[in-house]
Amino acid sequence: MKHLTEYRDPELVEQYIQELHRTATRPWTIMEVCGGQTHGLVKNGILNLLPEFVTMVHGPGCPVCVTPVNLIDKAVYLAEDKAVILCSFGDMIRVPGSTKSLLDAKAGGADVRILYSPLEAVRLARENPDREVVFFAVGFETTAPANALAVVQAQKLGLTNFSILASHVLVPPAMEAVIQDDDTHIQGFLAAGHVCAIMGIDAYGPLVERYKMPMVVTGFEPVDLLQGILMVVRQLERGEYRLENQYARVVRPEGNPEARRIIEQVFETVDREWRGIGTIPGSGWAVRLELAAFDADRKFSVSIAKAPECPDCIAGLVLKGIKKPNECSQFGRACTPERPLGAPMVSSEGACAAYYHFSMSELVND
Amino acid sequence: MPKLDFDIITLGHGSGGILTNKLLEAGVFDLLSNPLLDTHHDGALLNLTGRVAFTTDSYVISPVFFPGGNIGELAVNGTVNDLAMCGAVPKYLSLGFILEEGLPMAEFWDILVSIKGASERAGVQIVTGDTKVVERGKGDKIFINTSGIGELHPKADISIKNVRAGDKVVVSGHIATHGMAIMSVREGLEFETTLTSDTAPLNHAVLALLDEFGPAVHLLRDPTRGGVATVLNEIARDRNVGTTRLGIDLKQAAIPVLDEVAGACELLGLDPLYVANEGVFLAIVDPEVADAFVRKLRTLDYGQSAAIIGEVVADHPGQVVLTSRIGGRRVVNMLVGEQLPRIC
Repeated sequence: MKHLTEYRDPELVEQYIQELHRTATRPWTIMEVCGGQTHGLVKNGILNLLPEFVTMVHGPGCPVCVTPVNLIDKAVYLAEDKAVILCSFGDMIRVPGSTKSLLDAKAGGADVRILYSPLEAVRLARENPDREVVFFAVGFETTAPANALAVVQAQKLGLTNFSILASHVLVPPAMEAVIQDDDTHIQGFLAAGHVCAIMGIDAYGPLVERYKMPMVVTGFEPVDLLQGILMVVRQLERGEYRLENQYARVVRPEGNPEARRIIEQVFETVDREWRGIGTIPGSGWAVRLELAAFDADRKFSVSIAKAPECPDCIAGLVLKGIKKPNECSQFGRACTPERPLGAPMVSSEGACAAYYHFSMSELVND
Repeated sequence: MPKLDFDIITLGHGSGGILTNKLLEAGVFDLLSNPLLDTHHDGALLNLTGRVAFTTDSYVISPVFFPGGNIGELAVNGTVNDLAMCGAVPKYLSLGFILEEGLPMAEFWDILVSIKGASERAGVQIVTGDTKVVERGKGDKIFINTSGIGELHPKADISIKNVRAGDKVVVSGHIATHGMAIMSVREGLEFETTLTSDTAPLNHAVLALLDEFGPAVHLLRDPTRGGVATVLNEIARDRNVGTTRLGIDLKQAAIPVLDEVAGACELLGLDPLYVANEGVFLAIVDPEVADAFVRKLRTLDYGQSAAIIGEVVADHPGQVVLTSRIGGRRVVNMLVGEQLPRIC
């Protein structure tokens, strides 16, 4: 696996760790925004290699985790319609709605399919003209181009039985919401590399200036993560704040213009509710009105009563980096990946699940 | 393939009447013929000596034909391997079919031929069986159950009670190959690969190791569903293990994974430690013999890539802890539900 192994090189990792130990002279709190980065930090055991001065807090960048209960209820409702084939990315299907998950619905006879690509759902729609195919289009800016492309394809093919239930969320507004929260004490950010690969890095400059906070666009492999952390710590130690790009091998400043164009064609910016956090202005994408025929929300005019969140779950505090997963009284007790109380325990990108699966915790689960 | 009048399996083939009879007489009995099966009795009468191992498993794999094999040889190898993991010499298998109406006769025949080949390779006899047919839509082409009986190897003392701190954890070959080969042909996930399933009978290698190392082999397990991580967690959490509860330390860098498998796992967001294997076993062996054990295993069938991947430890009882390639440490937990592909 060329282009991967060099970013997992143990010697290089060791050098970065030592450099971090030399560089950090005071306590610093840094948030990694993306769930993929959280996963990388925990899976590789990096958190317990970092100097004591460096505290990583885990951001809201897990699309599965922030999808509102209400929308999962809608997906379940649609899936239970015998005419519907409900397609979803894998880790979405275990997330609990107010009464059940898509996995529960599947066990009860609903036709729920796990796909890797929304274009597969378009194919299914072609092959099953007598069924309605709905793709549960969840994700950050990263999955939006493929989801948008599926809509464009379906339109080109003249399909009338394909639609998407879209719940796209955007990273920069969420970062700003986290910064503005009085209870967070974040001093620097690792920005999400793959999101920037699509959208470019323009959106972050103003945040750096407004909040005087270093931000480093960072990749996902051990060497990437450590290099990104080191770049943030260096700025903090010198009292600087700049936008830097650690992940330049993938992220161009302008992002991917073709992907941005197709997103623009299909989606428009809207206010979006984030599970556990609340509504963040301008933080989501919905299908444009002129493409309403491909928007499951409008097409089926599903109206589901708003369900309350589980009162014991502190997902909101975890997603904003105010609490660590293992500081929750329910963590590993009432809330486990088998019976999650909140979404961060479901997706492997979720901070709670990452801690549960990989962390050296005193809990031995009998 | 003999002439069987029908191109597909019909409900009549499971009726017990003339069609069932024809299917068995013209097909199954001839193909799998051996003195015990040839009696055509309601059951087989077996001569066994000493302690006997007995196991059963059902096979419901989809797709039925996959790169590197089909459900037939899987059903033989799987049960043969379960017996071998007990330290037994596999001798006899039963063979139960649940066929779905409409299964092409040619496919059924291909599966039967594979069963014959696999039982010959493993050195076992199919001595009794059963065939039922269910209506179209009530099955998934073909389900197979095999039960197996084996005689315990005289030097075998395989028990979780024998596992001690300091024991070495050995894996017999590349992990996760079977699961990723199947994944590559699953509907909706097809990707181009030359990966083939590693399904194989492990009994010959295991018996050769028992001949040489006997009771120094403390435990054998085949990490099928749930993969290596699940089996090691079961061992760490078992209340009968040794005198006190133990933990397991794994070294990621030592775990053999084919590049192509690692790449596919990476793409699909799966962890090879949780992916199914069919031709691989885990052995927990006395540290005194561990190196010799691996050297020997590397000379045996399906053991060329064998490696010591970890150690049983007194620390962190009940937990499996992995030292990552870069030297970080993390817990390897039980798999929860199905391993689900990640969004991004």
